[in-house]
Amino acid sequence: MARIGVFVCWCGSNIAETVDVSKVAEVSKSIPGVVYSVDYKYMCSDPGQELVKNAIKEHNLTGVVVASCSPRMHEKTFRKAASDAGLNPYMLEMANIREQCSWVHNDMDEGTQKSIDLVRMMVEKVKRNKPLEDISIPVTKKAMVIGGGVTGIQAALDIAAGGIPVVLVEKESSIGGKMSALDETFPTLDCSQCILTPKMVEVAQHPLVEIISYAEIEKLEGFIGNFKATIRKKARYVDVDACTGCGTCWQKCPVKVDSEFEQGLGKRKAIFIPFPQAIPSRPRIDAENCLKLTKDRCGICEKVCPTKAIHYDDKDEFIEVEVGAIVVATGYKIMPVSAFPEYGGGQYLDVVTSLQFERMVCASGPTLGDLKRPSDGKLPETVVFVKCVGSRDPEHHHSYCSKICCMYVAKQTMLYRHKVHHGNCYVFYIDVRSNGKNYEEFVRRAQEKEGAQYIRGRVSAIYKDGDDMVVEGADTLTNSQIKVKCDLVVLATAMEAPDGIKELAQKLGIGYDQHGFLTEAHPKLRPVETATAGIFLAGCALSPRDIPDSVSEGSGAAAKVMGLLSKDTLEKEGVVAIVNELTCVGCQNCIRVCPYNAIELKDICNRQGEVQRQVANVNPGLCTGCGTCTPSCPSRSIELLGFRDTELYAEINALAEL
Amino acid sequence: MSENWEPKIITFVCNWCTYAGADLAGTSRFKYAPNIRIIKTPCSGRIDPMFIVSAFEKGADAVLISGCHPGDCHYNEGNYNARRKFTMMKKLLETIGVDTQRVIFAWCSASEGIKFSRLVNDVTESIKKIGPYTEYHKLNQKER
Repeated sequence: MARIGVFVCWCGSNIAETVDVSKVAEVSKSIPGVVYSVDYKYMCSDPGQELVKNAIKEHNLTGVVVASCSPRMHEKTFRKAASDAGLNPYMLEMANIREQCSWVHNDMDEGTQKSIDLVRMMVEKVKRNKPLEDISIPVTKKAMVIGGGVTGIQAALDIAAGGIPVVLVEKESSIGGKMSALDETFPTLDCSQCILTPKMVEVAQHPLVEIISYAEIEKLEGFIGNFKATIRKKARYVDVDACTGCGTCWQKCPVKVDSEFEQGLGKRKAIFIPFPQAIPSRPRIDAENCLKLTKDRCGICEKVCPTKAIHYDDKDEFIEVEVGAIVVATGYKIMPVSAFPEYGGGQYLDVVTSLQFERMVCASGPTLGDLKRPSDGKLPETVVFVKCVGSRDPEHHHSYCSKICCMYVAKQTMLYRHKVHHGNCYVFYIDVRSNGKNYEEFVRRAQEKEGAQYIRGRVSAIYKDGDDMVVEGADTLTNSQIKVKCDLVVLATAMEAPDGIKELAQKLGIGYDQHGFLTEAHPKLRPVETATAGIFLAGCALSPRDIPDSVSEGSGAAAKVMGLLSKDTLEKEGVVAIVNELTCVGCQNCIRVCPYNAIELKDICNRQGEVQRQVANVNPGLCTGCGTCTPSCPSRSIELLGFRDTELYAEINALAEL
Repeated sequence: MSENWEPKIITFVCNWCTYAGADLAGTSRFKYAPNIRIIKTPCSGRIDPMFIVSAFEKGADAVLISGCHPGDCHYNEGNYNARRKFTMMKKLLETIGVDTQRVIFAWCSASEGIKFSRLVNDVTESIKKIGPYTEYHKLNQKER
């Protein structure tokens, strides 16, 4: 026999003002099965919880209904109290008489009547509830970080520092990401490679980190704590274990093509490492340009390789790794100048992106830091920087602000002036956004001490006049149209979500926004989590951000991974689907509707081991308890624990008596 | 129809969007008609079409069903299943003679407290105009 206790909360005056709580408690006594009821001022307070615990013990209660605030507020509190008193926590239900009653109604009679109804519904439900056990699932103590830029490196290092092995998957043949291509960084003018390469070495040498470069995610299966990722190691044509990185092959290779790392300003070979400090320092063959692979000629690299590491018959290789958690740090790309024909992008060699400018001034760049404009190698005496190219432009390109351009343009004016002391530099801007530690001071320095001339206004056209570039634009502070003759134009083009990010997001089952940036579970309170448990985000994969923010988020995501993987098992609610194998006919309707592929067919065998029939079988680790399977079953053979048909019909039936 | 008749509206909502939206209506003190009784399910995909029939049998004058907006489902696609199911269901209800004006579907997110309160008021008003569902109730009594 059910022995139900009803506990009606006043919540001070929050409930008691529009609900006659003592009447609710009194009437509850008449509901069949209720053996105890009481009202109390603050049921969630310690004495209130004691009241519940004592009543469970004294009256030997088999179920409890707490009529108070929303279960979203205090269901955990009261279920914990019930559990402490020896009652299965799932035998406690809450009637929401505050958010969904006292706070939305003014009339005492109406509020009281509705509260009684809500209590009656929950009493009928809890009478039919079954005790449930939380499910504990084992956790694979290994993590995967996707993306080997500074964000991913930081995440991998922090996870490994906690003793958890990490697989770091990088799309390119070297880790390092965009930061490895930068010259100096704001606001300190640290040399980018000088601060990044020690971290690259550290992560490469860490005994708990395995770097899988030139690889992409092919498939992801499983769930939090138990993912199985299939990684495609793209054909590299070089045996990385045999190769010593001696460099003979790329010195002898006769094919020269534009270097992606140098942003097309320099050349690389068909067998190459992207930059000298590459990690791993093993080359790969660019199959599209290699003479051997395209025309079956040449073959020099194979001949000169002292360790016989070149294999022209190399194929993509698929490897599977099992991990408990994943950090996605896939970074960004910047819009190419060719997206802006109105600014002469793609037409004039002397209109470059800011990333190209980084390579032009970088001491390890194609000109070894000797600033030369791309068209004729002339030293640019006047440079114009244009900000917000593609950003903050919802009519044509992106509505969002790329966030870092204000700062790196200020930096680039300084880098320029440090190289060309007599040079002029102009910056067209809409606003100057410099809200970071020492950022404002840095911009002021560029403007006041380092001679950058800021012009507030948008640029309308960029064209060539003889040897010079001409930038036409508005100066909205003097309300005039101006023309600036210059030698070089640098466009601060927008940061964009990288290619292939949507496909990756779909493989991982995580969300992305209209721009292709990945979506966090909550923009303020869960900024590095996704809606998919066990998958975390960091860095520019989310939206444009600078290096300090990206690194912080790498650490933040690592902390989340550590929290998850610090335990041997993972507890999850016992609200999962179960199948009645006696009545299931194996129609597979539930398998079709399950959003999580949590249901599979299972063989029912006789004693001889012969398959008699097949029935549905739920993997409780994968099941999230949505219950979509339940109404799809024609034979009512699949039930969602905690929300079984009998429990929900009991709620409906309770209303009939009103 | 008696003078002080009030419609009885049974409401099925999902836990993640509409239940939270109803909570937000409360937190924001958006008042609405006291005629609804909410039954919470994890997802609108859990709501069985038979719940609707059962609610009418038990004397409901209307049934309101609400879940996450398409694309927002906490369980990715549970609400798409719900939408397909109830589109079918509405046709079937028409066939067997149930007044489909009394079955209302609406999407309501966790941030739409004001929408929830307006929804309840609108539904209550429209059901008040149609009156009690005596036809179905009588039908049910005959069978008994």
